[in-house]
Amino acid sequence: MNRIIEYLLPPQRSTVASEVDSLFTFINVAGFILFAGIMITILIFVIKYRRKSEDDITPVITHNSILEVTWTVIPIIMILIVFSWGFRGFLIMSSPPANAYEINVTAASWLWEFRYPNGGTTVNEVFVPVDRPVKFIMRSDDVLHSLYVPDFRIKQDVLPNRYTTTWFQATSTGEAILYCTEYCGTAHSDMLATVHVLSIEEFDEWLETGLEIDEDMPLADLGRQTYTSAGCNACHTLDGTDRIGPSFLNLYNTERELVDGSVVIADEDYLRRSILDPQAEVTAGYPANMPSYAGRLNERQIDGLIAFIKELQD
Amino acid sequence: MADSTANTLKIREFPIDEDPKHTYLNAGKGIMSWLFTLDHKRIGLLYLFSITLFFFVGGVLALLLRTELLTPAQSIIDADTYNQIFTLHGAIMIFLFIIPSIPAALGNFFLPMMIGAKDVAFPRLNLASYWIYVLGALFALYSIVSGAVDTGWTFYTPYSVQTGTAVVSMTLAVFILGFSSILTGINFIVTLHKLRSPGLTWSRMPLFLWSLYATAIIQILATPVLAITVLLLAMERIFGIGIFDPTMGGDPVLYQHFFWFYSHPAVYIMIVPAFGIISELISTFSRKTIFGYWAIALSSLAIAFIGFLVWGHHMFVSGQSELSSVVFSFLTFFVGVPTGIKIFNWVATMYKGSIDLKTPMLYALAFLFLFTIGGLTGIMIGALSVNVHLHDTYYIVAHFHYVMMGGTVIALLGGLHYWWPKMTGRMYNEMMGRITCGVIFVSFNMTFLPQFIMGSQGMPRRYFNYVDQFQGLHQFSTIGSYILGLGFVMMAVYLVWSLFKGPKASSNPWRSRSLEWMTSSPPPHHNFEYTPVILHGPYDHHKPMREFRMGVVREAASHGEAVETDKT
Repeated sequence: MNRIIEYLLPPQRSTVASEVDSLFTFINVAGFILFAGIMITILIFVIKYRRKSEDDITPVITHNSILEVTWTVIPIIMILIVFSWGFRGFLIMSSPPANAYEINVTAASWLWEFRYPNGGTTVNEVFVPVDRPVKFIMRSDDVLHSLYVPDFRIKQDVLPNRYTTTWFQATSTGEAILYCTEYCGTAHSDMLATVHVLSIEEFDEWLETGLEIDEDMPLADLGRQTYTSAGCNACHTLDGTDRIGPSFLNLYNTERELVDGSVVIADEDYLRRSILDPQAEVTAGYPANMPSYAGRLNERQIDGLIAFIKELQD
Repeated sequence: MADSTANTLKIREFPIDEDPKHTYLNAGKGIMSWLFTLDHKRIGLLYLFSITLFFFVGGVLALLLRTELLTPAQSIIDADTYNQIFTLHGAIMIFLFIIPSIPAALGNFFLPMMIGAKDVAFPRLNLASYWIYVLGALFALYSIVSGAVDTGWTFYTPYSVQTGTAVVSMTLAVFILGFSSILTGINFIVTLHKLRSPGLTWSRMPLFLWSLYATAIIQILATPVLAITVLLLAMERIFGIGIFDPTMGGDPVLYQHFFWFYSHPAVYIMIVPAFGIISELISTFSRKTIFGYWAIALSSLAIAFIGFLVWGHHMFVSGQSELSSVVFSFLTFFVGVPTGIKIFNWVATMYKGSIDLKTPMLYALAFLFLFTIGGLTGIMIGALSVNVHLHDTYYIVAHFHYVMMGGTVIALLGGLHYWWPKMTGRMYNEMMGRITCGVIFVSFNMTFLPQFIMGSQGMPRRYFNYVDQFQGLHQFSTIGSYILGLGFVMMAVYLVWSLFKGPKASSNPWRSRSLEWMTSSPPPHHNFEYTPVILHGPYDHHKPMREFRMGVVREAASHGEAVETDKT
């Protein structure tokens, strides 16, 4: 029994998960008993009352008050239990503790950006402390998105016109996957992020050092790292195939025909402009839907990306 | 005795012509006699043909999606195509197939026959609503050709305002299709109120008609809201009037309220007629009076009413206020009660019956199995805290396929087989019918049961790429969908065979007591050659058959006066 439920659900890794899972289990068990009861009754009737001859006479039974009241009242009691139980969990989910650690989340097509109270930023990965309530204050840059972490049992739509919030308290360290669950276009299914749950000490240490860029790392290596951590890989491949945007392979120093018909050379300056103000010079044949990375990447990361793209030649 | 108690109405039994020369099928010749017919039966068949066509198109699209999902990454189509295909699958299945399916096809054919009328109240309006449907379908096809839509069938803003695809023509299609739905609803309500034969009181109306009555009320009250919503959406796109798009000062959550205010009741437009068919099937093939006639009839109306108050359960995590979510969750559970009552009544009807497992009855039993799962998983996602986890995952996909396909489509197939002899005058191959029903039942579960598991495990819906852990379940689901497709091909083969080579059907092969069976198969142009008089309820299997074939000998003195007789 427990093994079935464990198979059905993701691991429980937040304080609210057991609350959700217990109701999930209750409805499954109660529902299965009811379902099995109905199906067995039908099976018995089908066998016992199968047609014996074309002239079968059946009794006239039009109603039975006791039976009908029973099968009305019992379901009403059941649904009131289920409602109250769900309400209790929802109340917990909707009430972030006052001492929660607050992280601002910006969703854009198609990346997740996380801003920490100390001013640091991460893209497509978020670092949180274990055993401490964390509150996400979320807004969208463009269309609707929805933040979903199955392991934490939390989900909340992210809107462009106002803040929405959700919170959780992780119970174990490690990684958890974060999905976008409100359809948002081409790369909706690539709009994933990783939640890194760290111990309190590790988290404090990460806040001190993790947000700083390794000054010693070669630029191109930093660029390769940024390519995935900033989510460039959702739209730009490295093997020459087109996805949403042009592939980075052999991109550097080629002639780009823009939507307005003019032609530019993809030199360092063009690549930089395309990262910071992507709508200004869109290559013909591609959608103008890349989010701006101004403020999301620091100077060294931008330099790194350009160096990385320059290296990608056959 | 009838003759002595009724002084204005003289009735006698009318024999049924078992070998009719003049039927609605040969009443007119040529394609024009079909395309511009005013006969409700032919219009019903036009609808049946059209929805079958769109079911085929929507089904092929679904198989394409399932094929792409065999692997976690791109295999046969790219992400944009995938997004367009799931949008079209949803839009076609909902607006062009399932909403018109039972009411407009089977309802059109049998509603007048079941009340002993010659036609619906407004035959020309009926034809108009078919052609409006065709016009709407053309707009939908145009939008596919002119760039397709990739918004999902829900057209959520602001994505639907900003995306470059042909949203305007698709919303126009939905707008136009809505009128077809409204006109059919009005036609049915007037027909049921004004054209019932003498003696056919509200308490003797077949439950299929009660369900169509409840459906028609929803169609008339809810569809205009959808029309307004898509019109506002089109105005926002064309003229830049800010209603839903925040960059123009609008509110995207407002759109969701507007949309679900129609689209949730629309769920009942899809499922309530199915309830009606199941009531007919279970009583007929158990050869027993229906248990809880009024409970079933009134629960349809209760569902129609409560269905208007629960739209917010689609929006628990949308950013609407927590209080709204709580109220909507509370109300949502109360739709479950009348639905449960229906299931219990159907099971009770089988008690001490004479159950014959013919193909339509097998579909009714499959319906009970699948729809009960659909209903119980609805309780699951109605619960607030669990919904937060399951919303927009494959759990939802599985749930509504169990309700819409396991419920409505299975009931439609049951009804199609049940009434096939009456519509065509021919029988289908019973063995093939049973085998196909089994194939569809098993493969349906293979396709959608794994989706419940994936959803619980956290697989989001509308995903072109997915994480590797779900591949096994996705592949199992895809294999199930191929077998499901095969089942429908088998059905098409034996039904087409039946049309040309099937043995002739008698007027009442199932020995039903309902009025549509008291005329020849296929029926004459005006359904009955006389005005039927109804003495008993449609499920009074204990009354002799000849008392269900009474008709007026001479003209009735006053309209609508029932003959009260106590023939036993």
